[in-house]
Amino acid sequence: MCAGWWGAEPMEAFTRLDAVAVPMARPNIDTDQIIPARFLSRPREVDHGQFLFHDARRLPDGEQNPEFPLNRPEWQSARIVVGGRNFACGSSRESAVWALFDAGFRCAIAPSFGDIFRNNGMKNGLLPVVLPAEVVEAIIAQLEAEPGARIGVDLPTQTVTAPDGSVHSFEIDPFAKHCLLNGLDDFGLTAAYEEDIAAFERRYGRENTL
Amino acid sequence: MSEPIGPRTMFEKIWSRHRVTEREDGQTLLYVGRHLLHDGGATAFDVLRRRGLKPRAPDRIFATPDHYVSTASRKVEEIEDPRHREMVEKLARNTAEHGIRQFGLGDPNQGIVHVVGPETGLSQPGILLVCGDSHTSTHGALGALAFGIGSTEVAHVLATQTLWQRQPKTMRITVDGTLGPQVTGKDVILAIIARISAAGATEHVIEFAGSAIRGLSMEGRLTLCNMSIEAGGRAGMVAPDETTYAYLAGRAYAPKGAEWDQAVARWRQLPSDEGAVFDTEVTLDGNAIQPMVTWGNSPEDALPIDGVVPDPAAAPDAERREQMERMQAYMGLTPGMPLTDIGIDRVFIGSCTNSRIEDLRAAAAVARGRKVAEGVLAWVVPGSEPVKRQAEAEGLHEVFRTAGFDWREPGCSMCLGTNGDIARPGQRVASTSNRNFMGRQGPGARTHLLSPAMAAAAAVTGRFTDVRRLVGG
Ligand code: SF4
Repeated sequence: MCAGWWGAEPMEAFTRLDAVAVPMARPNIDTDQIIPARFLSRPREVDHGQFLFHDARRLPDGEQNPEFPLNRPEWQSARIVVGGRNFACGSSRESAVWALFDAGFRCAIAPSFGDIFRNNGMKNGLLPVVLPAEVVEAIIAQLEAEPGARIGVDLPTQTVTAPDGSVHSFEIDPFAKHCLLNGLDDFGLTAAYEEDIAAFERRYGRENTL
Repeated sequence: MSEPIGPRTMFEKIWSRHRVTEREDGQTLLYVGRHLLHDGGATAFDVLRRRGLKPRAPDRIFATPDHYVSTASRKVEEIEDPRHREMVEKLARNTAEHGIRQFGLGDPNQGIVHVVGPETGLSQPGILLVCGDSHTSTHGALGALAFGIGSTEVAHVLATQTLWQRQPKTMRITVDGTLGPQVTGKDVILAIIARISAAGATEHVIEFAGSAIRGLSMEGRLTLCNMSIEAGGRAGMVAPDETTYAYLAGRAYAPKGAEWDQAVARWRQLPSDEGAVFDTEVTLDGNAIQPMVTWGNSPEDALPIDGVVPDPAAAPDAERREQMERMQAYMGLTPGMPLTDIGIDRVFIGSCTNSRIEDLRAAAAVARGRKVAEGVLAWVVPGSEPVKRQAEAEGLHEVFRTAGFDWREPGCSMCLGTNGDIARPGQRVASTSNRNFMGRQGPGARTHLLSPAMAAAAAVTGRFTDVRRLVGG
C-alpha cells in the first residue's frame, strides 16, 4: 500500500490558540441558526463565513443587528466561540463548521454539543471543547463583563485558560487529538487497514448480499 | 479487543458485528452495510474527485433526490432555481458515473431518503446504515443501527465503506401502557423530548422499549426513531418483531424464499438480552401521553394540546426565562394563552417524520367531509412515489383536494425549504415535520410541530384543535 493511496488533502492542524472569544450563552443554538438552509447548495470553495448566523445577526428589516455578538466591534476578531448547552444541535450540515471556520473560528467551547457537529468539527480543524456547565457559565460571564477578552486553548495539554487566568482541563478523544495536532484526516489512517477491511468484507458479504 | 461477556443490548450486538478493528484508544472502524445518499451530498463526491478516489462498494450505496426537488412537477428541467436543479442533476451524474443505483425523479421509488430506505426493504434489522443526514436515525425503527454523518464522513464511507467511531453510550426509554385514541408515535416522541430535553440523549444510542412502543405500527416506530436526533440521540432503535417482519416481507430489496427464513432467524437473535445493562434508563407512562403541540423553537418545547403557553416568570432560572421570552417574541405568543386559541396560516403534512401512508390516512380521516378553514393554505406532500400511488389508490388525494388541501409531489418540501417551499415571515405553520427552529421553514416563519391528524384538525378549524373533538375521541 503506497502512502498516497487515499490522496492527500491535509486538514489545518490545531495546537494552541490564544484569541478573542465571543460568548453565545443561549442553549440549543442549532445548525439552522449557524447557517440557514438556503445556503446549503454552495460548494466548499465558496467562502461560507458570509453565511455565518446570516439571519440571526440581522434585524427583521434586513439590517445588521448591532446587538448581535458577532456584529459588535469587540468581537470582530473572535476565533473562539463559547456557547450554551447543546451548541450546534440539529442538522448534520457540515457547512455549519465551514461557516465558523471560514469566519476565522478554530475552537468552540460549550457544556455539550450536537454529536454530529462535534465530529464534523474535528474533521475540519475546528476544535470542540466540552467543559462543565458551571465553568462555561463563569467564562461567559467574564467574556460579557469584558468584551474582547481572550481565552487560551492548548490542545497538547488539553487545557483552557479563562480570561481570569483560571485553567480548566478538557477531555478529547486521543485519535481526534492526534489528527488535529498533525493536521491529518482519517482517510490516510484508514488506508493502513485495507487488509482488515477486505477480510471483513469476505466474511460479511456472504450473509449480507442484496 | 475484548468481546463483551454476558447479556448484550441490541446496539452492542450490531456494533460488534460490524467492527472491522478497534484501536487501543477505543476508536472502532465499523463496516457500513448500507449507505444512502440524497441530493444534498454533492460535496462528498467533490472530495473523492479531488483525491482521485472511487466508491469502494457501489452495490451497498443507494440514492434518491429529495431536498431540492420540486413538489409541483416531476421534471428536472422545471426546477426553477438553477442552483437547486444543479443539486438534483449532480446526484444523477455522480451516481451514474460510479454505478450507484439512484431512484431519480420519475423513478417509481423516488422519495425522501428516510421513507425510501424502509419502503424498498433496503433498511433491515441488524445492519449498520449511514446517510449524510441527521434523521438517518429513522431506519433504527427496523432494528438497524442507523445514524447521520457529515459530508467528510460521507466521503470516507464512499471511499472505504467504513467509518471510525467511538462506542456511544446506551439509553433505554421504556414507554409502557396503552396509547389513547389519536395518540401517535409523534406524540410519544414529543412527550419524550419534552421530558428529557433536546440534549437529553446526547452521546447515546436510544433503544425504545415497552408495551406502548411494541404496540406502534412500523410507521409509528419510524416517526419515533426519526426524532431521536431531536433528543440529541446518535441513533434510535426498536427491536424487530412480528410487526417488523410483516412490514418487510416482500419488499423489493428484502431477502426472498429460503434467504428470508434465514434472515428472520438471524433477526430474532437481535433484541437486547434479558438483563442487558443500559447506561441510562428513562421510563414514561404511555397511558398519560396526550396529543402534543410545540410552542417554542426547540422540539423540547412541547405540551399537551390542552396546555397553555408557559409563563417565562415561572422558568427555573434566568437563562431559561430569557430563552422563553425570546422564543415567544419570535413565535408571537403570550404567556397563558391556551394552545387551542392559536390561529394558523399554513399546514404542512409531510417530511420524513410523517409522510407515510398511515400518516396520510390519519390526516384524511380528519379532512374527510370537512373544509380547510378560510385563509389557511394546507399542503399534503407524500413522502415517496409509492406512498403517493397507494394514497391515490385509496382515494385519499380526492379527500384532501375536496377539503381544499394541495396534493403535491414527493420530496422534503417545507420541512427545510431548500427547494424553495417556504412560509412567509410571520406565518404560522402547523407542521408534521421534526424541527421548529427559528427560520427552519423560511426566515421569520413560525413552526409548530404536531401529528398528521392534529395538523389536519388545525387545517379544518384554522387553529390548534384537539383532534379527539373532531373524530372518535
Ligand atoms: S424531510 Fe426534512 S428532516 Fe427529513 S430528510 Fe428531508 S429535510 Fe431532512
